[in-house]
Amino acid sequence: MSNDSKKLTELSRRGFLKSTAAAASVAAAPAMFVSNANAYVNAPKGKSVTLGFNVPQSGAYADEGADELRAYKLAVKHLNGEGDGGLMNTMKPMSLKGNGILGKKVEFATGDTQTKSDAARASAKRMIEKDNAVMISGGSSSGVAIAVQSLCQEAGVIFMAGLTHSNDTTGKDKRKHGFRHFFNTDMSGSALGPVLESEFGKERTAYHLTADYTWGWSQEGSIKNTTEGIGWQTAKAVRTPLGAGDFSQYITPVLNSGADVLVLNHYGKDMVNSLTQAVQFGLRDKNVNGKDFQIVVPLFSRLMAQGAGENIKGIYGTTNWNWSLKDAGSQAFVKSFGAEYGFPPSQAAHTCYVQTLLYANACELAGTFDPCAVIAALEGFKFDGMGNGPTEYRAEDHQCFKDVLVVQGNDNPSSQFDLLNVVQEVPRSQVEYSTTHLGGELGSCNNKA
Amino acid sequence: MEALLLQVLNGLDKGGAYALIALGLTLVFGTLGVVNFAHGALFMLGAFVAVSVEKVLTISSKVRDESITFFEAYKETPYLEIWWGDTGSAIIDWSVPISIIIAIPIMLAVGIAMERGLIKYFYKREHADQILVTFGLAIVIGEIIKANFGANAIPQAAPEIVAGSVDIGAAIGLDGVVYPWWRMIYLAFSLSIIGGVFAFLHMTTFGMVVRAGMHDRETVGLLGINIEKRFTIVFGLAAVVAGLAGVMYTPILPPDYNMGMDFLVLSFLVVVVGGMGSLGGAVAAGFLLGILQSFSSMTAVKEVIPGIDQVIIYLVAVAILLFRPRGLFGKD
Repeated sequence: MSNDSKKLTELSRRGFLKSTAAAASVAAAPAMFVSNANAYVNAPKGKSVTLGFNVPQSGAYADEGADELRAYKLAVKHLNGEGDGGLMNTMKPMSLKGNGILGKKVEFATGDTQTKSDAARASAKRMIEKDNAVMISGGSSSGVAIAVQSLCQEAGVIFMAGLTHSNDTTGKDKRKHGFRHFFNTDMSGSALGPVLESEFGKERTAYHLTADYTWGWSQEGSIKNTTEGIGWQTAKAVRTPLGAGDFSQYITPVLNSGADVLVLNHYGKDMVNSLTQAVQFGLRDKNVNGKDFQIVVPLFSRLMAQGAGENIKGIYGTTNWNWSLKDAGSQAFVKSFGAEYGFPPSQAAHTCYVQTLLYANACELAGTFDPCAVIAALEGFKFDGMGNGPTEYRAEDHQCFKDVLVVQGNDNPSSQFDLLNVVQEVPRSQVEYSTTHLGGELGSCNNKA
Repeated sequence: MEALLLQVLNGLDKGGAYALIALGLTLVFGTLGVVNFAHGALFMLGAFVAVSVEKVLTISSKVRDESITFFEAYKETPYLEIWWGDTGSAIIDWSVPISIIIAIPIMLAVGIAMERGLIKYFYKREHADQILVTFGLAIVIGEIIKANFGANAIPQAAPEIVAGSVDIGAAIGLDGVVYPWWRMIYLAFSLSIIGGVFAFLHMTTFGMVVRAGMHDRETVGLLGINIEKRFTIVFGLAAVVAGLAGVMYTPILPPDYNMGMDFLVLSFLVVVVGGMGSLGGAVAAGFLLGILQSFSSMTAVKEVIPGIDQVIIYLVAVAILLFRPRGLFGKD
């Protein structure tokens, strides 16, 4: 064989190997990473469009997950023109017509996140690949929300975050495809600080019990910044495993720590258990440093208040929304949800319902389900009538900015659901921060075109 | 000093649960030679007897809640309260103690059915086979509970009169040693059950035969005693002990279908540390590991070794197995 022909053979062999490798890599790639004839992933072909609702149906946040799913089902009903229309009667500006989204009937798939990131990613992946979901929504755990948000970015679908409160979701882990209506821990800290100062004074020593994952760390940091800013000391900050159940071994050291305030950076059943046990151990009856011992729960919800019963009375915290608000949007939503299920919605239900409508509205505005166009429609979108007053989806970090509620466990409930008193509606200007404050990069849009 | 005393108390109530489960495991292993991985499921079943009793006692009538005007809301009022007023409320309030009485025959029946229906076919099989079949059984029982009660933990309340805490410090001259009543009751309960089991084994003819059978099953059989029948009852007794431990633990930890598995692994370690087959060892190791786990979660300890509270029991088990392979009370 001549040198030239040998070279040719080598070249063709190399070419063959290259093309085989390329073909193999295409064949091996998951279906979700391969674009089809459409310009974007899971472009609806028939008369319907599928949304994926990924909520915890078991684990520490299962109660919130169950309420989120109720809200999603109600939102789908309203989008398809059934029921009383709920917040579609009050949302401004609104492009929805009650005939689905862009004339396509809305259907949905559901997944159980189990309050675990790996299970949440698996169920979101299943909904994108098998059910052709064009948008994923859900959460109830920032660890889960961040993991699924990142998956949606890679997959080229939109992620409308549900209940996720960690700064990181729209901070260092923000993504172009992810949007959050719920508030975050820095906003809780900014809203709560002045109330804590006026109620408990400047000379206090706080002890933190913190759920050991991204949300807990974020909330502990935000509340510490706030309390230390008003002159409080921090005795200790102790991390507890998510879903620990029995917190007694973490609570007993608080008794003799010299602290006179216990900050419970717990949510859902963890908070119900830790608060109940803290009260059982007599913390609320204690007098330390000449002051009555206080417990603070920075992130509060009516569902948790229901679980904790009497123990919640008088305790301060913040919430994204409460059913007792008197604005037209809140009342319309409570009426609609109450008629459907027989009890008022939680803040988790509210944020999930609103997110579904906001996504649908953005599709109508864009005239397509193409994620890049939908993102453009959501960025900087200003709206009202959804229960939180004037609200803006800030373009730079995809975080909604609006008023924050400081609440207190109700001492004299007027009904079985009247568990939280709204102490203050803290204006947006007090909780807003600069676009670079929490870091992170949105990255670019990924429509697989 | 106060902090140390509190952690000892914390360890004792948790240790009480470990000891009760480990006691049953050791009894079954000592008499039947079976490594029963379904024993944790019996603890969980006991807890769900309490949940079921509470559900039955609170069967309610739905009444329109007039305070809600936005939509039609209903209040649920238990029939017991409608029929008997305060007496009905008191019965509901005492649902956990009432469950103890109901749990005894139920757990005895479950234990005997489990032994006669499945375990007895595996007496002469390898330990690996026994582990596989009992582990499978534990999963099946867990899934049945999940299908009927859901995956979420269901809180149970202690009776109102013992829902608060007791100031132990005031009695012994220390400040700030406050401990919940129910946890004190749990500790006393577990000690009395342990005492009862030991008394039963040492002070009754039945117990004497069982202990003799644990030493030499063949000779006892040759004496004309039906040792198999006695061992079946021992299995039932172990199920009752685990079940009662579960019932009483519900106000401390809201039960879910998986709670048995959580306790089983730790209880096996307790048995291994105490010495396989040693009843006294199981009890002592149960309390010892409970206290160690409690101490390891103290901030001062965690600052030196972060995360030690999550692994301390496993580290101790490794150390015991390295230096004393038959456990603390095991015989060479």
